Parts: sequence; C-alpha cells; structure tokens
Amino acid sequence: MAGFEPQIIAFCCNWCTYAAADLAGTSRMQYPANVRIVRVMCSGMVSPLYVLKAFEGGADGVLIAGCHLTDCHYIDGPVKCDAMVAKLRDMLHVLGLEDERLRREMVAASEGVLFARVIREMVEQLKKIGPSPLKARTEALA
Amino acid sequence: MEEIKTGVYICHCGLNIAGVVDVEEVAKYAGKLPGVIVSREYRYMCSDPGQDLIKNDIKELGVNRVVVAACSPRMHEPTFRKTVEDGGLNPYLYEHANIREHCSWVHDDKELATNKAKDLVRAAVRRVCRHEPLVVREVPFNPSVLVIGGGIAGMQAALDIANGHKKVYLVEREASIGGHMAQLDRTFPTLDCSECILTPKMSDVGHHPFIELHAYSEVEEVSGSIGSFKVKIRKKARYVDESKCVGCGDCEEKCPWKVPNEFEVGMAKRGVIYIPFAQAIPNVATIDKEHCVYLQKGKCRACEKACGANAIDFEQEDEIIEVEVGAIIVATGYDQFDPSVIGQYGYGRHDNVLTGLEFERLTCAAGPTEGKILMKDGREPQSVALVHCVGSRDQNYHEYCSRVCCMYALKYAHLAKEIAKADVYQFYIDMRCFGEGYEEFYNRLSEEGVNFIRGKVARITDEAITDEEQGKLVVVSEDTLLGKIIRVPVDMVILCSALEPRSDAENVGKILSINRRADGFFLERHVKLDPVATPTDGIFICGCCEAPRDIPDTVAQAGAAAGKVLSLMSKGTVTLEAATATVDESICHGCGRCEEICPFSAPKIVSKDGVLVSNINEALCKGCGSCAVVCPTGAIAIKHFTQDEILAQVEALTEVR
Repeated sequence: MAGFEPQIIAFCCNWCTYAAADLAGTSRMQYPANVRIVRVMCSGMVSPLYVLKAFEGGADGVLIAGCHLTDCHYIDGPVKCDAMVAKLRDMLHVLGLEDERLRREMVAASEGVLFARVIREMVEQLKKIGPSPLKARTEALA
Repeated sequence: MEEIKTGVYICHCGLNIAGVVDVEEVAKYAGKLPGVIVSREYRYMCSDPGQDLIKNDIKELGVNRVVVAACSPRMHEPTFRKTVEDGGLNPYLYEHANIREHCSWVHDDKELATNKAKDLVRAAVRRVCRHEPLVVREVPFNPSVLVIGGGIAGMQAALDIANGHKKVYLVEREASIGGHMAQLDRTFPTLDCSECILTPKMSDVGHHPFIELHAYSEVEEVSGSIGSFKVKIRKKARYVDESKCVGCGDCEEKCPWKVPNEFEVGMAKRGVIYIPFAQAIPNVATIDKEHCVYLQKGKCRACEKACGANAIDFEQEDEIIEVEVGAIIVATGYDQFDPSVIGQYGYGRHDNVLTGLEFERLTCAAGPTEGKILMKDGREPQSVALVHCVGSRDQNYHEYCSRVCCMYALKYAHLAKEIAKADVYQFYIDMRCFGEGYEEFYNRLSEEGVNFIRGKVARITDEAITDEEQGKLVVVSEDTLLGKIIRVPVDMVILCSALEPRSDAENVGKILSINRRADGFFLERHVKLDPVATPTDGIFICGCCEAPRDIPDTVAQAGAAAGKVLSLMSKGTVTLEAATATVDESICHGCGRCEEICPFSAPKIVSKDGVLVSNINEALCKGCGSCAVVCPTGAIAIKHFTQDEILAQVEALTEVR
C-alpha cells in the first residue's frame, strides 16, 4: 500500500474539539494533512447520514469528536452521539467497513495535544488497513 | 430564485497563512468554482481595507454570498458577519474557511497545505449557496429575578439586586433564612462572630421593599426562558398566620411534644411548633406537620390556647404562587457528608465522635451547652483530635477537596484550647490555607501549641491496649513524617466532614434544566471565564451549590451573579439564537421524539387544525440539533446547519480536486 494517503472527514463540535483543533494550531503542533474538519455545533448533531455521505464520497475514515460527557454546552449531546455511533457501527459492518474507520473521541477545548495525536493515530491505522472498500466499489460503478 | 454570486477572499494573515499556503493559487482555483464571481487574496482581510474589499464587491459587483478563508471562525467570523451586514447583506449569508489554525499552522508541506486550503474553500463555497438569511430577534427582559436559597449566597445576591431597585423573589425551603452560616458561631480566620455579621443582612432581606421573601417555600416548576421565566412556588402551610404571629414563642413553650432540633444538629430539642432560632427571619412560628399530634391524630391544640395573637390556623393549606422573572439565581448550598458511612471512624457508635457542625454548636453561646465544650457525660475534654478530609480527597467518597475544612479545623483547634484548655491533635493530609490571612492563622495556631500530625486516620477505637488508653478514644493513624503508625488517646474526636451536593440537587437540576458535574455539583458555563453562569441562558449559580467554598468566595460569587443579572436587566432585551430548529409541518407526524430528546424543552407537540405537529419555542431552542437527528421524517432542520448544507460540505470535501 505504498503511497496511500487516507482521507479523513472529522466532525468536530464547536465548543470543544473544534477549539482543540484551533489550539493545536496556535501551539503549532504538526499533524498529517489528511484530515478535513466539518464544524458542527454539537457532537449530538451529527446524523448517521453525514457519516455515510463521507464514506460514500470516498473517505477512508471518519472522526466524530466533541465534548466530554460532563462538559457539553447542550447538557447531554455526547450521550446522544454515543448512542448514534453504537447503532451506526452495525450499519457500517453491513457495508463491509472495518471498525477502525469510524472513530469516536471526546476531546476538550484544552486538549490540542490529544487532537493532534488522534489524527496521527488514525492516519497510521488507516494506512495499515488500506483504502476504504467502499471507494473501490463506487469507483467500479462509476 | 436569485442568482448566486459568491465572493471569495483569501487572507494571507501576513506570512501566517501565505508562508505555507500558496494563496494566489487558492484564489485562482476558487475563482473557477461554480457560483463564484470574484476571488481575491489580500494581506490582512480583517483590516479596514480588507473589509472594504468585501463591501465594495457587494455594492459594485452585486456579490450576494461571501466566503473568507482566514483564521479560525471562533476568532473572526463575527467580524466578517458584521462586514457583510455593513455591506448590505444578511450577516448569515457568510461562510468562513479555517486555513490558518487548521491548515497553515499545523502542516509544513506547502503542496499538501495548499491542496487542503483549496478543499476547505471549495466546501465553504458549496455550503454558502445554501445559507438562508436569518433574523436575530430581541425580546423584552422582565426586570425581576428569582433567587433560590436564603443562605449567605442567596441573601447577598438578593440584596445586591434589590439595592439596584429591581424586584427579587427570594425562596427559602426552611422556616427561616440564614442557611448554614446562621449555625456558625465564629468564622475563620478572624474569629469574628458569624451572627453579628449575618443577622443585619437577614434583617435587611426581611424588610427590603424590593425583596419578596417566601420562606418555608419551594420552587416547584420553572418554564419559559431567559427574559421571561414563569415560576410556580409552593408556599408550605405553617398552620400559623404570618400576619398575626408576633414571634413571642409562647406556643413553643406550651407545646407538650418535643423533637430533635435541626438547627442544633439534633443536640437539643424543640417544640413541634417552633421558631428555628432566636434571630429567625421571618420571626414566626411554624408547626411541624409530621410531628404535630393534633394534625396527625386530632387531639391537643395546646399551642392554640397559648397563642395570645390568635395566629394558629389549623385550616391553612399549601398555596401555589406564580411569578414571572427574567433571570434565576440558584444558591441552594450544600449538605454535610454523613461520616457514619465510614464505619472505622465510629461516628454514631462512639459518644464523643462529633461532626464539625456539632462541635460548632457546642462552641456557640446560644447553643445546647451555652458555649461550653462538653462531652456526653458533661465533663470537659482534656484532649481533642481533629480529623481532616473525612469524605473529601478520598476516592471511596468524594475525590474533591472541600476547601473549608482545613481552616475550620484550625478554628476548632483554637477554640478547644481557648475554651476547654484541651490538648489538640490535628490529623491532616495537606494543610490548605490559601485565602487572605489563612496562612497567618495556621502559623498562629502552630505557635499556640497545636500538635500537627501528617497522616490519614485509619480508625478510631475505644479498645485500649495500654493503661493510658483506658476510657479514651484512640486515633490510629500513620504519621507520614515519622514514617510509623501512631496511636493517640483523646477524649473527643471531631470529624471534618466533606461538603457535598444537596441530596435533591438532581431534581432541582431537572426543574431548572441545568446540568451537574460528575461530582454532583451544578455545572458552570465555563470553569474559568464564566463561573457563575450555567449553560442555560438566564440561570446563574453561586455559592456551595456550584462547589465547596468559604464565605468570602461565596459572597464574591453571589455579587458576580447579581452583577450578571443586573447587566442583562440594564440592556432590557434578550437576543435570541438565530440558528434554531425549525419544523416543516407538512411532513411532521407529531410523533414527539423531538420533545423527548430535547434537554431544553423547546419542542412541544401541539394540535394544529386537528393535526399533531411539533412546535419549537425559539426562545428555548439552543440549536444543538439533537432533535433533527432523531426526527424520523426529516421534518426538523437546524437553520444554518441544515442537512442539505452539511451534506453539501461533506460531498465537496470528499471530491477529487
């Protein structure tokens, strides 16, 4: 799989993880350029459709990251997000997508280091498992 | 439909962006994207000339959508929304691409960073065409406030607001205001009399023309939102006509039934009809319904005969009062941790193992022993041990530090020496003397000859193993400075119990729609920058309901909460979130899943022309979007974060360049 650069779509909540990614920036922490962040107001706002759309478009991995359970700006968004992710995983299995392709994290606004680490880890892991099988299929259909 | 004419502006941010990202190439690329009629790059887009570029393009080229690719939107999105608005467009017809914090500052490979910037700009361009103009609405702010809790925090907040001539409804659950501070005899580190500084405040609250005091009352229901909350208060029946009672206490004297006195932490008795303490506000009697023999069994009425003012009214019933306020301050305080759950400390088993509050009452001239420190057998203790961190800094109970115990333990050490001339042993983990004059007080006590032993107490036992220990309580602990286990025989042990969340904090949180942290205390909006606000607009917290704290910090927080409320009132209106949920009634089935999931009670299922549909109260909606995720028909959309917009953005991000 030489030269394979995975594509990651990250849904980050406005209050915590988006801010953590900003902090990684202001602290000039380097991480791979494979990630594209979509700002959402709350991790509880992420619909399974958004994740499926990302995979359909050819993303190799999706990250959903937001506040820790007790930090939520909207009281219990992360709980709802966890429930959604649990259901979504089953659907991804049916589509033949490996567990590692969807990552759920809680990254607080102060955890810029953690954000950078999560991205590094994801890129490494996705490089190991290779391109999304869905991408190959959609390309074949096209 | 109008033709989309998007203007794209790439900021160099000096070399912060342009040093890594090829801004000219990104601008050139953006210029070819569908819908883009102008694409520019400029050294500092946030400067006046940078903003003028946008305004001019709106006027002269008819740009009707704007994308700026620059720093984080958390930094300059508000700036450019304002620019767009000044240029004559709706401020929501704007999208921000973050190519600094999320791109040029975290990637050093120029090609990769430039490609990423192109992707982010493309996604922003795709999304901005889908933005709809939104209206920020202002609604009037009701200039009155509800304060829940009449301890020092609630009283201070109420007085600060009432002194600004704004109406305050102060609700206190107990028969009198005063809270825990009224039970204290002296306050550290100055050892000034708690009552002397508290009673004047209580009296001010009781007589203030702008404070409507509802003691012996509880908040039952809160609805509405910032600027216009509706509150239902249950005024519990005292069976005493407050307007007639003169607080003489004759009834309590004649009441033949006695029960443990809560104010004296059970160390004295009170009548079933009672005035909680001498300085109570309001100074009226209350019949404790649960213990009243007449109310329970239909015989007695001794108080009625004793009352010269004809104030007793056995027919009285609970009354529901409804008030409307613009803001709410929660100051519900704390409960003391019950140390009997730590079996090895023997609280409740050994007579002379006391809690801090029990010892406090012993030292009070108005207390059960008239200020004498006495053991259960009536003797003065010759030696006293103080055990710190009982239930605090302990993973079995509460991990947090209760903040006040070190200092009140020092106060008790001083009082035990001064009043009972006792030897004092303090078992501490760390001495935390952080406030003004606190370290000095610690030094003073060290000089007074208190024995400080560093170690966590393992157990307290009455099993003597030497003659010296006979008839004593033996405190067994490690002395970490000596590195050995020691046994200290004493006459009395004081457990410095943790401060913990009120046992009904969960319910109060539900009534108010405010959240609690893992430790059970109410959650502030931001731990550093917004410590007295809650995530629910218009609801503030102060004092020990937020976390354990001492009196000076509580008073400061109460003042801060009052200041926040007064500033809201001074503006007179509330700005409502524009990016809220909206319902497409033509496809809504009225299933109610949105109503179930919303933490702010914004959606309500209502009947419109005989059809059930969801109706969103925009004043309550925060735009978190959880309703839209669970909506089975897709009837709910979050403005500015619609499914269509996010899908378009995701699609654009995954496209091959």
